[in-house]
Amino acid sequence: MAVPKVCGIETEYGVVLRNAPDSNPVLASSLLINAYVEHRRIGWDFDDESPGKDARGFGRDGSQAPAVETHLVNTVLTNGARYYVDHAHPEYSTPECSDALELVLADKAGERILARSMRASERLLDPGQEIVVYKNNSDGKGNSYGTHENYLVDRQTPFGSLVRNLLPWFVSRQVFTGAGKVGTENGANPVDFQLSSRADFFEEEVGLETTLKRPLVNTRDEPHADPQKYRRLHVIAGDANLCEVATFLKVGTMAIVLGMIEDDFFDKDLSIIGPVHAVRTVSHDPTLHATIELNDGGSCTALELQWEFLRLAQKYADETGLELCGGDVGHEVLKRWELALTALERDPMTLNGQLDWVTKLALLDAYRERDGLSWDDPKLALLDLQYHDVRPDRSLYERLVRAGKVERLVDETAVTGAMTEPPDSTRAYFRGQCLARWPDSVVAANWDSLILDVGSDPLRRIPMMEPLKGSRVHVEALFAQCTTPAQLVDQLGS
Amino acid sequence: MPEREQKKKPAPKEREDVDEEAGAPARQGEALKEELDDLLDEIDSVLEANAEEFVRSYVQKGGE
Repeated sequence: MAVPKVCGIETEYGVVLRNAPDSNPVLASSLLINAYVEHRRIGWDFDDESPGKDARGFGRDGSQAPAVETHLVNTVLTNGARYYVDHAHPEYSTPECSDALELVLADKAGERILARSMRASERLLDPGQEIVVYKNNSDGKGNSYGTHENYLVDRQTPFGSLVRNLLPWFVSRQVFTGAGKVGTENGANPVDFQLSSRADFFEEEVGLETTLKRPLVNTRDEPHADPQKYRRLHVIAGDANLCEVATFLKVGTMAIVLGMIEDDFFDKDLSIIGPVHAVRTVSHDPTLHATIELNDGGSCTALELQWEFLRLAQKYADETGLELCGGDVGHEVLKRWELALTALERDPMTLNGQLDWVTKLALLDAYRERDGLSWDDPKLALLDLQYHDVRPDRSLYERLVRAGKVERLVDETAVTGAMTEPPDSTRAYFRGQCLARWPDSVVAANWDSLILDVGSDPLRRIPMMEPLKGSRVHVEALFAQCTTPAQLVDQLGS
Repeated sequence: MPEREQKKKPAPKEREDVDEEAGAPARQGEALKEELDDLLDEIDSVLEANAEEFVRSYVQKGGE
């Protein structure tokens, strides 16, 4: 049986410390995150250039608490997110969200937090140095870092059923989830441009690894919730998206597909032969005509496979409803999904400003035409890289937004709010509120628990094993009654 | 081969908007081209200098 599709996105950002020979990415990442946490603590005097403008974002304080499992920089923010160093990258994990639109907002807020971190780090660096981060997934030289989605899934759903239905899904969804990439990597046959930045890096169908022999379906079993009831499906086969429509579709369609798998709704076998190879085949053909071999004989394009998933999803919405897959947002997902497939079939370039791969390709084509560039011109590789630059003034994506070329789904005031405010609908609300109210009393915060120092021994651990409990509706009245963490613990215990 | 009964759906409405004035498409085309040229000029001004060196020096450690 389907469970509510609580969801989140973890993004590892590419990081560079410029004008520092032999710079260490782990140190640069730590410095970046510490700078953000510090500037929020002393926020009132951070911004030399326009203090009046930025003051609104600095009103709330005390954003960090150490999480327990690592000595590397690891903070939890008042918006319920986790911001930390993973391997050699700054990583931002959004708070738990309950639908695709909430997650678009939380993901965009993450970009703004990284941007503000870069500015905050300036005062800690030597003159001429600068930390720059990129929201992308590879360095173009065979090194990849991930953007992972997470979804709450019913523990009773057989894992084999997830694998069987998700392999063709991951292969075919690239037509709208891809971030686009100039060229290939990791030994793949050369092409000029491909749909996904990640396709070249998958080598297995199923597995536990994320760094070597990357699998399309990752088997990590770490629910961060009641393990008897839930799985957390950890999706590593996806790209870092900047376009809000792309993120919305990526997350929203996945929620519905997972609901269908949990409810055993698939009425036909969509599995394909050689999915690892097929991921590349699809990604490497921006004309979208490449075909995939089906297990039950015959072949089809990724788009045709997507139409099959959509047909089934529409039937699922009619018969079962989408209450657990985003509700009204889920219905909006269905509409946009159909519009996207229709446009992809007629002329993908009409999705310029909605999908990243199309938006990037349109930019590259404009340059190729104006400057007569061949596909191996380094300027195109630079455009590809700088599309993902997170600095507002250098990001080519943001230039396109400012020029009105990109469709937005959330407004910037809401994004600014989401940098400090948690979503209302999940336990992230409880976590974020505790951190905002009693930053000095939160000894540790984690996805499924919070440890409070209430001033007398022992420390009190508050389990949060239900991702939808601790929402504003659940705990707003409780917070209104409590002025100290000790009162909160008393109330919870009574 | 999957069936494709969902395939033929109307395109989004805005794609069907047509300017009735006869000379408009050409003028619109020129305006769009000009707008695009301006945008590329603007992007030129923020692009990192020395593309080849910049792209070469962007090296990351694998993650995840």
